[in-house]
Amino acid sequence: MAEIVLRDIAKYFGDNYVIRKLNLTIAHKEFVVLLGPSGCGKTTTLRSIAGLEEIDSGDILIDGKPVQSLRAGDRDIAFVFQLFALYPHLTAYDNIAFPLHATRESGAVVEEKVRAVARSLQIEHLLRRRPSALSGGDMQRVAIGRALVRRPKAMLMDEPIGALDAKLREEMRSELKRLHLENNSTTIYVTHDQVEAMSLADRIAVMNDGVLQQVGTPSEVYLHPANLFVAQFVGSPVMNITNATVKSVNGHTSVILGDGDGTFDFPAELERKLAAAPVGDRDLVVGIRPEGVLVERQERAGYLPVQAHIIEPLGAYDIVDLKVGGQFIRARTPSGYVPRAGETVWAKLDKAQTHFFSAGSGESLHIRLG
Amino acid sequence: MAEVRLDKVTKTFGSHKAVDALSLRIADGEFFVLLGPTGAGKTTTLRLIAGLEKPDSGTIAIGGDDAAGWSVAERDVALVFQYYSLYPRYTVRENLAFPLKSRVRSYTAAEIEQRVAHAANMLRIEHLLDRKTDKLSGGEMQRVSIGRAIVREPRVFLMDEPLSNLDAKLREALRAELKDLQMKLGATFLFVTHDQIEAMSMGDKVGVLNNGRLVQVGTPNEIYNSPRDTFVAAFVGSPAMNLMGGELRADRIVVPGAFELPLDDAGRRRLNGNGPITVGIRSEDVSIGAEGVAEAIVHHVENHGVEKIVTLRAGDCLFKATVPAIARIAIDDTVRFAWNQDRVHGFDPQSGLNRTRHAGQTDRPAMGSVPA
Repeated sequence: MAEIVLRDIAKYFGDNYVIRKLNLTIAHKEFVVLLGPSGCGKTTTLRSIAGLEEIDSGDILIDGKPVQSLRAGDRDIAFVFQLFALYPHLTAYDNIAFPLHATRESGAVVEEKVRAVARSLQIEHLLRRRPSALSGGDMQRVAIGRALVRRPKAMLMDEPIGALDAKLREEMRSELKRLHLENNSTTIYVTHDQVEAMSLADRIAVMNDGVLQQVGTPSEVYLHPANLFVAQFVGSPVMNITNATVKSVNGHTSVILGDGDGTFDFPAELERKLAAAPVGDRDLVVGIRPEGVLVERQERAGYLPVQAHIIEPLGAYDIVDLKVGGQFIRARTPSGYVPRAGETVWAKLDKAQTHFFSAGSGESLHIRLG
Repeated sequence: MAEVRLDKVTKTFGSHKAVDALSLRIADGEFFVLLGPTGAGKTTTLRLIAGLEKPDSGTIAIGGDDAAGWSVAERDVALVFQYYSLYPRYTVRENLAFPLKSRVRSYTAAEIEQRVAHAANMLRIEHLLDRKTDKLSGGEMQRVSIGRAIVREPRVFLMDEPLSNLDAKLREALRAELKDLQMKLGATFLFVTHDQIEAMSMGDKVGVLNNGRLVQVGTPNEIYNSPRDTFVAAFVGSPAMNLMGGELRADRIVVPGAFELPLDDAGRRRLNGNGPITVGIRSEDVSIGAEGVAEAIVHHVENHGVEKIVTLRAGDCLFKATVPAIARIAIDDTVRFAWNQDRVHGFDPQSGLNRTRHAGQTDRPAMGSVPA
């Protein structure tokens, strides 16, 4: 059990930063996911905590003690990789028991520990098999068992289920989450898959270009993204993003998308909140998730007539590409709500789900309309 | 542009029957998706149509004419693969023009230029025309590959998992682009994929293939709402349809050791009789709340932003429910649940066939988009 603190850590190759001034505290028993595209520094961060990479500056503290001078083996941390690193000539049992050899525990104690871990991973019936006789999912269960058997202070996982097929990933997500609840070990988990991050994490730390973009609960990151990068990286289908201007005439406020592609009414409080926001001009980017685009089949006050260009039926719901002036905005509607592509429907942007970003910096202006 | 028709086409490799008496009609101008797991026979079917393989028996007609005696070139189909086969040292323009410079076709320089410009415009790659293809991103390369198919104005486009190598965001964007392109071209598309989201979102029609046999053909909504058997039910939709072995007893569904659900009017209309049955219900048709009629434990909760997918556990039985994102629900909570029985499916436990496929279903309530 451990608290892990990353204080101002930095790492670079030549002039290129891999990690830039990263500050993050992972609480005792917490499950934190480092999320970002390839090359964002998430794996390097994880490997630095494990002691597999050296950092150039900053401190890594485990339970308050700096660990930079400790070798990987002395940090009492377990690591699970994407590729199942199992010994091919050993059975599943011996693979799991392997880390206990160094502890010089009695055979009976080892057996009890291996069986307990195997039970929680539901692989007791596979213990006598060699890795070559195991499925991908079972190999990764064994790899996780080997990490857990030592009862490490912390578990570090690098895309542990990235190599598995979609159905199995779904199953393993729920197993990993339950396993964490049973074991309570502090866990740091690296992935580029936002669905994994959203479904596993207590908190998500989003990284890009070696820089921490936002740390928050899955709901916070989804509902209140700190900048355009987070807004577009988290959520599927991706958030609609478009340049916009806000105009107020006679106390009547509206948001104009693109070069006059569509003008949507907004409450006057937007004007007040924009005036208070730290942005000089009105160079804005508006972001709205498909579920924030409200669609009606009949004309309705405050709604704009738009054309349904493409309908993507996904079974439980549809994604409809609406042609708003010269651009497309995707909306999520109930299945079959818009009967045919080409029809005119009426749309508006739900004010509570509309995000405003500075076009210059890409940072959220943190305007929340009630 | 042309209709494609397969009549009882069979193809075996050694003792393995890759395609088994497959009959299929792709209408002129249709976006047809062949969907199935690895090894289902999708790619073989596509190669048979292209003329890259010869059927053991059965006929393939393109535009109403039997294509058996036609060479690959004579079939006038264009293939786009998962791996972009572009010439690396050539520019995008040269790559696009290449198919037009073959000896069997004679195009003037002006014609070639006009066709390349048209394809580039369609795919929004005009700004890349003078770039070498090894300087392109994956998405751009795949656009160029598709462009090479467009310039030829083939009678049929055959696409073999063209989006599989791209990352999730790009796939999402290209799905809509490809559908848009097909509509603009009015072309016949046969698109092969193992990804049910691609199939649902792009296809006018989806054909589900398993073990070389066509299991079901229909619109995406037909496939989703009335799956022919448990294979289609489990393969199409994410999360997969909940399927559980149970028993019909008079007015109840009994899932032994898990729960019993009293049938309401809709349930009685769709499920009748007594005896063993495999019941199927999609996660969005399972509701959680005080009005529920049976009890379960919350096994797992996945936050998907717009909604949460909750795995419920009753006895040894796990099944999923989709709930709004704002629902307050935690692992190990005891909850009550109910099914929208207008949407329940009953499958034969032996054959897997859907017994309720033609039982009436009312349309899903059209409620407009509800603000979260």
